[in-house]
Amino acid sequence: MSDTIPADLKYTSDHEWARQQGNLVVVGVTAHAQEALGDVVYVELPKVGSTITAGKQFGVIESTKAVSELFAPISGKVVKVNDALSDKPDTVNADPYGAGWIIEVEPSDPKQLDGLLSAQAYGELLKKS
Amino acid sequence: MARRTPLNEAHRKLGARMVDFVGWDMPVQYTSVIGEHEAVRNAVGLFDVSHMGEIEFRGPGALETANRLISNDLARCADGQAVYAGLLNEQGTFVDDVVAYRFSPEHIFICVNSSNREKDFAWMQERAYGVKPVDRSDDFAQIAVQGPKAPGLVQRLTKAELSKLGTYRFTEGEVAGVRCIISRTGYTGEDGFELYCAPNDAEKLWNALLEEGQADGVKPCGLGARDSLRTEMKYALYGNDIDDAHTALEAGLGWIVKLDKPGGFIGKEALEKQKAAGVHRKLVGFEVTGSGIPRHGYAIMKGGHVVGEVTSGTMGPSVKKPIGIGYVPAEFSTEGFTFDVDIRGRPVPAKVVKTPFWKKP
Repeated sequence: MSDTIPADLKYTSDHEWARQQGNLVVVGVTAHAQEALGDVVYVELPKVGSTITAGKQFGVIESTKAVSELFAPISGKVVKVNDALSDKPDTVNADPYGAGWIIEVEPSDPKQLDGLLSAQAYGELLKKS
Repeated sequence: MARRTPLNEAHRKLGARMVDFVGWDMPVQYTSVIGEHEAVRNAVGLFDVSHMGEIEFRGPGALETANRLISNDLARCADGQAVYAGLLNEQGTFVDDVVAYRFSPEHIFICVNSSNREKDFAWMQERAYGVKPVDRSDDFAQIAVQGPKAPGLVQRLTKAELSKLGTYRFTEGEVAGVRCIISRTGYTGEDGFELYCAPNDAEKLWNALLEEGQADGVKPCGLGARDSLRTEMKYALYGNDIDDAHTALEAGLGWIVKLDKPGGFIGKEALEKQKAAGVHRKLVGFEVTGSGIPRHGYAIMKGGHVVGEVTSGTMGPSVKKPIGIGYVPAEFSTEGFTFDVDIRGRPVPAKVVKTPFWKKP
C-alpha cells in the first residue's frame, strides 16, 4: 500500500525521494506521487553527465492524462539514468522505491540531504494535503 | 460547487478519483486508465455520461425545425435512427457536435455536450423558427455500456431484441426493469449502447449492469479511458479538436455536412464557398516517431516554423504509440508527411497516418 513510506529515504515536498548509496544518491518519485499520477506512460530523463540543481526541474513524468515536472532533491552530476523506463515506464507505478528509480546522482554537496524531509515529516505532509 | 450526476455517490463508493470536469464532479478513473481502456477494448466498460445535455423538439414541424439547425440530415433517417451532426455557426464552424435522434417527424431529441448545454440551448432558441426547443437535460441520466461484451450484457437485462438494433439505431424498452432509450451508439470505437433513463433510476441501472456484467469482466470507467479510447478513433472532442474557429470541412467532418439537403442548414453557404475555394487547413492524425507524447496546445513545426497545433494527444493504450490529432496546412496533410511536434521546447519527429489509429485486429 502506498501509505508505507520507507524510513531510510529522504523526501521533497514535491514527492521525490532520495536514497544515499555510498557516495551516490538515487532519486525516484514516491508511491503517493505515482498513485496521484495514475498510469505512467513516459519519463523524460536527463542526460548522463548533465548537472542538476536542488529544487530545479530535472525531467518530466507523464501519465495518460497529465504532464508533471520532476524536481531535483539535491544538486550534482547525473551518473546514471534508469533506461529501462523507456520501455516500461509503468515500473514507476509497480515499484516506485525499487526498480522504478529514475536517476543516480553524484552530489556536489552531500549535506543537502540533511535539508530534505524525513519519512515522518513527509508522512505528515501527506496527511495535510 | 460542481454539479453532480445521480451516480455521484455510486462512484465514490467504488473508490473513483473524482475531478472537476467543465463544472461537473466526475470520475476520471477508478483503478487505472489503461486497465479501464483495455476493459472496453476486450470486454465491457460502463461510463456515467449523465452530464451530457438533452434538448427536445416536439410537435408538428419538429423535424423541419431541428433539421435546419444541424448539418446532417434527419429527413433521410427512418424513425428510430440517430445521426452524428454539427451545430454550426453561420461561418460553418462549430457551436457543438451532437447526436440527433429521430423518434418521429414530430419528436426529435438532441444529445449535446455538457460544457455546451446552456450555449446550445440559447443558440437553438434564438434560431428555431417553428417548434421551440425544450431543455430536458435534468430529466435524463445516461450510462454508456461499451465493448465487445456489451451486447450480451445488455441483452440479458432486456426483452428488446438488440440483434435487430443496428448501429445508430435506437429503441425504447426496459433494461433491468428501468425504462430506457436504448441507443446503439458510443464514443469508444467499440460496439455498445448509450442508455438514457430517469435520474432516479440511474443507480439501479448502474448497479444491475455492474452485477450482471461481473462474468464479462465489466469495469466502471472514468473520463480518462473515455478520452484515450476516443483519441485512438480520432473522434473529435469539442473544445480540443473542433471549436468555433475551425469549420466542419477543416475538421474532416464533411460526411456530416449535407450541403444538398432540402431546406438547407445554418452554415451551409459558408461551407459551400469554402468547398469551392478549397480547404486550406486540415485536421490530421499523426504518430510521434521520436520520443515523447504530444499534448493539446503543442506547436506543430516544419523547417523550424510553427505551421499548426496539436488538438489532442496521448499514449494510445491499444496502439501502444504516442498519437496525436492536430490542424496543419492542407499541403502537409497527406499520409506519410513528416513534421515536428514541439514537446516542451524539443522538436520531436512525427508523421501523418491514416485514421482511426485503432482497428480491431
